[in-house]
Amino acid sequence: MSEQHIKLPEGSIEKTTTTLNLGPTHPATHGVMQNILELDGERIVSADQTIGYIHRAFEKLAERRPLAQITTLTDRLNYCSAPLNNMGWHMTCEKLLGVQTPKRVDYLRVIMMELARIADHLICNSIMGVDAGAYTGFLYVMQYRELIYEIYEEVCGARLTTNMGRIGGFERNFTDKAFQKLEKFLEEYPRALKEFENMFQRNRIFMDRTMGVGGISAERALNYGFTGPNLRAAGVDYDVRVQSPYSSYQDFDFIIPVGSTGDCYDRWLVREQEMWQSLSILGQAYQKIQSFKGAEADVYHADAPAYYLPEKKDVYTKMEALIYHFKIIMGETEIPAGEVYHSIEAGNGELGFYLISDGGRSPYRLHFRRPCFIYYQAYEELVKGSMLSDAIMTMSSLNLIAGEMDA
Amino acid sequence: MALTNDTIQQRLQEKFGESVFAFRDSHGMLEFAAPKELNLKVLNFLYDDAALQFQFLTDLTGVHYPSNKGGELAVVYHLHSLKENARLRFKIFVPIEQPEVYTATGLFSAANWMERETYDFFGILFVGHPNLKRILNVDEMDYFPLRKEFPLEDQTRIDKDDEMFGRGGTIK
Repeated sequence: MSEQHIKLPEGSIEKTTTTLNLGPTHPATHGVMQNILELDGERIVSADQTIGYIHRAFEKLAERRPLAQITTLTDRLNYCSAPLNNMGWHMTCEKLLGVQTPKRVDYLRVIMMELARIADHLICNSIMGVDAGAYTGFLYVMQYRELIYEIYEEVCGARLTTNMGRIGGFERNFTDKAFQKLEKFLEEYPRALKEFENMFQRNRIFMDRTMGVGGISAERALNYGFTGPNLRAAGVDYDVRVQSPYSSYQDFDFIIPVGSTGDCYDRWLVREQEMWQSLSILGQAYQKIQSFKGAEADVYHADAPAYYLPEKKDVYTKMEALIYHFKIIMGETEIPAGEVYHSIEAGNGELGFYLISDGGRSPYRLHFRRPCFIYYQAYEELVKGSMLSDAIMTMSSLNLIAGEMDA
Repeated sequence: MALTNDTIQQRLQEKFGESVFAFRDSHGMLEFAAPKELNLKVLNFLYDDAALQFQFLTDLTGVHYPSNKGGELAVVYHLHSLKENARLRFKIFVPIEQPEVYTATGLFSAANWMERETYDFFGILFVGHPNLKRILNVDEMDYFPLRKEFPLEDQTRIDKDDEMFGRGGTIK
């Protein structure tokens, strides 16, 4: 009988905690990241995060690429809201190159950026539902993300990694169909969002799973470099769109929703309210777009011939256009020397681009300030002492995107 | 916005005199440098000073300037004063033979991973860092990839069979 007993390894009987590897590939991590949790029963004693599983050396790659070719790298940072990254990158370039964009371009960008923000928040909030056991909400709202993706498709031809827009504006004007799709979205989405909200906001199970879970004080959140919805959930009204407006955000009227406890529930609520604000901004932007008449209504890019790819018919008929076309395609445009930091309010927070040019054809150094990367280090503090199931909720409420984290 | 770049510069020069230098306006953002021994003193001053309150670390990264002898590696801090809504960029230059600077983790918890990333890619050693090890690259790596001595692969090389990737090389 005694021979039948399970033999435990030497010394293992003294170890009172359990080590659990959560990830790198786990349905609940929603991305490739690893957490080595030390558990006492079901309570978390410590968490050690390992990241870098999909590191693709974008910062190094960018050192050989002309500016226009770096846009495709930014797509792959936060792939849930690629247009935001694209626009942020273009605005960084414009700041360095001194390109002024017309108002209409700014408003078109605002439309795309706010659509992307809605898509981003929608994923995050519905995935939180999935992790709490409510799959229905996720499946239901996906058809509305589909509407957003159809607008992307109409504007740039791609859906996920969009490579949308160019330095100076867009590659082509928005078609009537794009605006029709936008109208359809503006009409149908509020009802769905309200339904989605009804499903979760006062749902006993969801509230029990999220309230008081993974909370952080405003002070600690700031010290940890939190930005975006996660910081605002802790009660700090910091929003790059308001603090340092870009792309004519100062022309829009919107409020910054803030939470108070910084827990998962507050993060969910802040994202939810931000979607309503984004809808309001979308409506305002669309109204502003419609007020452009005549020749003004055809403006979709800045006048920056050295950086903006000319139209094909001009390339075949005009000398200058041909030269610029060749130089831009071959990446032979010199970038003025200088250093610039530009940031935008991305889905997850302040997405910054630190670009150094020494006057060559590609950046001397490019650094992405990725909000995910910065706030994921607070994860241990957020989950210490809580239950394993809370750790899962905390992870999804932070909206960690592995692509952004690992660059 | 009451706090202008000139005021920040003035406050810094009053406190540190000639030790802070290379002030310039870079696309609207104040930029300056300081000797590496002073990095924590400057950061602390910017953090605590009642008029400045640069208490938010936006970004921390490194840059490699091989031609800048004696200060080949730069550590770049981007700080933000949320109260005054002012930003600044602060640089420290360190020699590549002894790339050591004091860690800012005592002041900003956010600096922890940012410094690990900077160490990972540039080999800058942050003295006093609680857990200075690689973060994005594998632990076994024995070089610092973002330094300029590591060029990217020559796109015209033909000694590699890349036919599957559209480059049409042949095995020699």
